[in-house]
Amino acid sequence: MTPDAADKRDNSFALQDKLFAGTTQFFALLVLVTLLGIIGSLFAGAWQTLSQTGPGFFASDSWDPVRKAFGGLAPIWGTLITATIALLVGVPVSFGIAVFLTEMCPPVLKRPLGTAVELLAAIPSIIYGMWGLFVFAPLFAETLQPLMISTLGKLPLVGILFQGTPMGFGVFTAGLILAVMIIPFIAAVMRDVFETTPPILKESAYGLGATTWEVVWNVVLPYTKAGVIGGIMLGLGRALGETMAVTFVIGNAYNISAQLFEPGNSIASALANEFNEASDPAHLSALITLGLTLFVLSFIVLAASRLMLAKLSAKEGKRT
Amino acid sequence: MSTTHTNRHAAASGASPDNPIYRRRVWVNRFNLAMSIGTMAFGMVFLLWILAVLFSKGFAAVGTAMFTQMTPPPGSDGGLANAIVGSLIIVGAAIFIATPIGILAGIYLAEVGRESKIAKVTRFINDILLSAPSIVIGLFVYTVIVANVKHYSAWAGAVALAIIAVPVIVRQTENMLQLVPNSLREAAVALGAPQWRVVLMVTLRAVKGGVVTGVLLALARIAGETAPLLFTALNNQFWSTDLNAPMANLPVVIFQFAMSPYEEWQRLAWGGALLITLAVLLLNIIARTLFRQTKH
Repeated sequence: MTPDAADKRDNSFALQDKLFAGTTQFFALLVLVTLLGIIGSLFAGAWQTLSQTGPGFFASDSWDPVRKAFGGLAPIWGTLITATIALLVGVPVSFGIAVFLTEMCPPVLKRPLGTAVELLAAIPSIIYGMWGLFVFAPLFAETLQPLMISTLGKLPLVGILFQGTPMGFGVFTAGLILAVMIIPFIAAVMRDVFETTPPILKESAYGLGATTWEVVWNVVLPYTKAGVIGGIMLGLGRALGETMAVTFVIGNAYNISAQLFEPGNSIASALANEFNEASDPAHLSALITLGLTLFVLSFIVLAASRLMLAKLSAKEGKRT
Repeated sequence: MSTTHTNRHAAASGASPDNPIYRRRVWVNRFNLAMSIGTMAFGMVFLLWILAVLFSKGFAAVGTAMFTQMTPPPGSDGGLANAIVGSLIIVGAAIFIATPIGILAGIYLAEVGRESKIAKVTRFINDILLSAPSIVIGLFVYTVIVANVKHYSAWAGAVALAIIAVPVIVRQTENMLQLVPNSLREAAVALGAPQWRVVLMVTLRAVKGGVVTGVLLALARIAGETAPLLFTALNNQFWSTDLNAPMANLPVVIFQFAMSPYEEWQRLAWGGALLITLAVLLLNIIARTLFRQTKH
């Protein structure tokens, strides 16, 4: 090959590579554009409500499509409460599962049980919803719920949370089903971060005579703190935006009540139930405002989760 | 001398069964580990419970009629044929849109952009979109497509599902490409290959199975998604393969039928739920097996 031809080839290669870099970058930017598009379009749709009602939208709990008075407090409250219940139940259980899988599980069972937990995460949420509606809620109303009302409901201060009619539906049931849904997500992250603990740290603690529990609580957990919080936030992000599982069992009532057995509503279930029926622009705009609120909420939670998880992997990187 | 030594040793380490602190530590340990086993059992009970209900109610509804007849009007018998085909079309279109976008964006993150600012921001945003509420994605597609063309369509549903599938494929493609040893890239570059050939012919080919796994996982993720289809593909009681019109699809039919008071509809909803779950679990298992094969 003459030097001239080689130059020509190099030039054409440079051009090809530029084209390649440009094309792939274009598709990567598409991901960013999607995010900006979501925020922009929801903001445009919500503008009517935001400009007319202003911040009052988030302080009012009246939702009356007939009088065109819309306040988002009830579904926002429902979203936060169901997610809180889901975390209160889900986090300890996920922690237990992760401890079992990393510290106690016989090696033969490790993979099948780990896969089973991940399969629990793969089941579509509508299945959880149907199971909640047809199986769990009726059973809960007949057995556990009356028992909780007659025992926990009598307690001072917290008693009010557990009062109401045992219908099976309501905020509490929705929170419980959400808990079952987010357990596999949190447990899987916790298991993965627990496994990043350097064996030498654990062995040193065992060598000093620590019990398994003390190793988990005083060595593994402090070492993986950031990752564990990241996993919990990831579960919270899921719980906030979950639609189908909640819509089936929450009862769909615009209602703010300290009694967790009463029906309520969440942002996602309000959207799923009303959006297609809403024809009035004010109603549509109010629903889109709810959607925007949900997106911003879960964006913040998920961003925090990613930052926490990145912190742990940075630490891992420094170790070697 | 030796007895005093053992006694002193036992006292120093506190490991005597009579030492109350030692006893307490042992019991705390036993109690907490028992709780840990309990939580594992708790998780498994729910998995088995849900699957048992799904299988018993689902199989009762499965029959040839489910695959050959259309979704019925309230209160009469029928099947899910139009919904099954509709789901296949919408999910197929979605994965057709999402696969090239996801793989090319993944290549950018792993091979081209690497540690550049754009790559870092994209990586972060991609991870957030990975768990963004799917109903909001449906809302987004509604305001951008449905509200502008003034009718629901299967295309809109496919776009919504594609937006959910892309981050899964991006993540997996990038992770897989990062497993490729740099020596492989260097060898190809040393032979005089331009970067695009290195990526497409060498590194991407080396992790082919892993990338296919990503597409399968994305497929499993969107197959059961209901929320983004509610405001986009809507539903259709009749046979339709027109992507420009509302189309029946399993998740929305299941939602509508399960919430209804009609027994025939509820029965069909369980049948559809079983179909979807089997498809999703099967896709997951295939993806896992494939992934394990490429890793070793």
